[in-house]
Amino acid sequence: MLLYKKPSLLTDTNMHYCPGCSHAVVNKIIAEVLEEMNIGTENIIGVSPVGCGVFIYNYIDIDWVEAAHGRAPAVATGVKRMNPDKLVFTYQGDGEVTAIGTGEVIHACNRGENIAIIFINNAVFGMTNGQMAPTTPLGMKTTTCPDGRDPQLNGYPLPMAQLFADIQGTCYVTRQAVNTYKAVKNTKKAIRRAFDYSLQRKGTSVVEIICACPTNWKMTPVEANKYISDFSVKTFPLGDLKRP
Amino acid sequence: MLLKGNEALALAAIRYGVDAYYGYPITPQSEIMETLIAQKPWESTGMTVLQAESEVAAINMVYGTAATGRMAMTSSSGPGISLMQNGISYLCGANLPCLIVNVMRGGPGLGTISPSQADYFQATRGGGHGDYRTLVLAPSSVQEMADFVAIAFQWAFRYRNPAMILADGTIGQMMEKVTLPPFQQRLTASEVAKLHTWASTGRREGQQRNIVSSLDLDPAAMELKCLNREQRYQVAIDNDARHQAIHCDDAEILIVAFGSAARICTKTVQLARQQGIRAGLFRPITLWPFPAQALRQAAQHAQHILVVELNAGQMIDDVRLALTTQNNPTTTPNLPNTSNHPNTPTITHYGRLGGVVFTPEEILNHIKNIHTAPPTQTAPPTQTTPPTQTAPSTPPH
Repeated sequence: MLLYKKPSLLTDTNMHYCPGCSHAVVNKIIAEVLEEMNIGTENIIGVSPVGCGVFIYNYIDIDWVEAAHGRAPAVATGVKRMNPDKLVFTYQGDGEVTAIGTGEVIHACNRGENIAIIFINNAVFGMTNGQMAPTTPLGMKTTTCPDGRDPQLNGYPLPMAQLFADIQGTCYVTRQAVNTYKAVKNTKKAIRRAFDYSLQRKGTSVVEIICACPTNWKMTPVEANKYISDFSVKTFPLGDLKRP
Repeated sequence: MLLKGNEALALAAIRYGVDAYYGYPITPQSEIMETLIAQKPWESTGMTVLQAESEVAAINMVYGTAATGRMAMTSSSGPGISLMQNGISYLCGANLPCLIVNVMRGGPGLGTISPSQADYFQATRGGGHGDYRTLVLAPSSVQEMADFVAIAFQWAFRYRNPAMILADGTIGQMMEKVTLPPFQQRLTASEVAKLHTWASTGRREGQQRNIVSSLDLDPAAMELKCLNREQRYQVAIDNDARHQAIHCDDAEILIVAFGSAARICTKTVQLARQQGIRAGLFRPITLWPFPAQALRQAAQHAQHILVVELNAGQMIDDVRLALTTQNNPTTTPNLPNTSNHPNTPTITHYGRLGGVVFTPEEILNHIKNIHTAPPTQTAPPTQTTPPTQTAPSTPPH
């Protein structure tokens, strides 16, 4: 009996992600969901980001458009408007969604673009060695807040998902994690819903995923996953914020 | 049909079968988006017209549409074009075709909303980061605003590179009689897939996936990609430089001007000829590739080259390069060597800045001064000389 197999849309390319990085888990979930949807790769176009997620185009065997940092929702708008019947999704980190690309993501949501936004929130700028992000929890130490994030200096963790939920153009906003088996199952369901809603043209879907960055958090993978359960979810509680 | 330049360009885009326009309002070109939306082309040709939240978003929407093999365009003016530069660099890096229209206004900064040609450097030198150029067409009439849409897209797809129409407030806002191009069908999805096999439109069964990207971390591979781009640019330089020559054959004083400045100087040449001054006009129609070879030809008998621009002296650099060196942009530029040219004309500049536009008579007076100047007097390399009798608060027109 076959208990496990690699998703057919996952390529054999060695992933560049660090040990314990959640990106690899989410990449695999996306490949699984796309395979299970069985809509044919000719009906799928992904938009990849700048950051650790940039090379997702090497791992999932579909057509990709690589966007400038933070601009993926605008690029996806340009793709989707030309391909209204195809599944168009972005894969973006918290630097994109909560810092440099806030304008593009807010307005894509506000137009109700029928795209899905997979939002990887690992609380730091991973690709550039772990600087503070707008999502860094208070007190967390990074290379640009070495004494821990201080709200007097750096403000507060930005709750983007709440903003998305308030915007009329979104149909589905959820916050998930991949630090436990159960969380992985829930994230997979959430991504499937987001993709389905996009194809049904219900509006913009956002799946925020609280992710681990053990390298830049200076933790082991196990410690990082435990940190999410014990601390991250206090800043960013899991669950659906909006359902159609 | 009597139309503004901006309107003619918008209507020509619909008729040419452009797939999408994304833009953000800015004077003096807002009529482009307004005209497009008033026409409701999504009901006729199926063209998408979308008002973006910023110029940054607009150029990235263009990037997304271009990545699917479709004809995408945007338009703006200086401040907005500056914001788009990052996206234009990415479009070049990813080898994507598109059309960018810059209806120039005076700057820098917020500047003014009056006509200017101060974005010449930005348009012809690339403008953003990295080694690249855009193919730049400079219209000097409403008819050319309409006609250049087709040429720009043909070149953009031929060279897989953004093309730019560099107009200014005068050309965008003035009304003229114009013949619009005939309607042309937009390509179907299967036509696009067949024509543009590089486009990301969804991987077909049994085929390799397409990745539209400007990224390659391997320096050797990236150098090859850059060299490939330079090869395409060389083909454009060899084949697509365009110009217009008026009375150049026997011109002693040769005016070099583009866009609306060239239009004004056409009248100057007429007036000069009536007064027995052998003046001519050389108008580069493409600013990049610059028609260097044709200019060398046109300047054969010239004693004096007067570069007339609505800026502090930008195209004059290309005029000097054309007349003093062999034009070979893929090698390190040679130091100026005047012995390459049989004749060594003096090259000077006349410009008005900040949105002030010169009159034909103003240029004529300047020419007369040059004409009567003793031959021993050598003009300085660049001479931007607003008339001294005009107070800044009272422009000559």
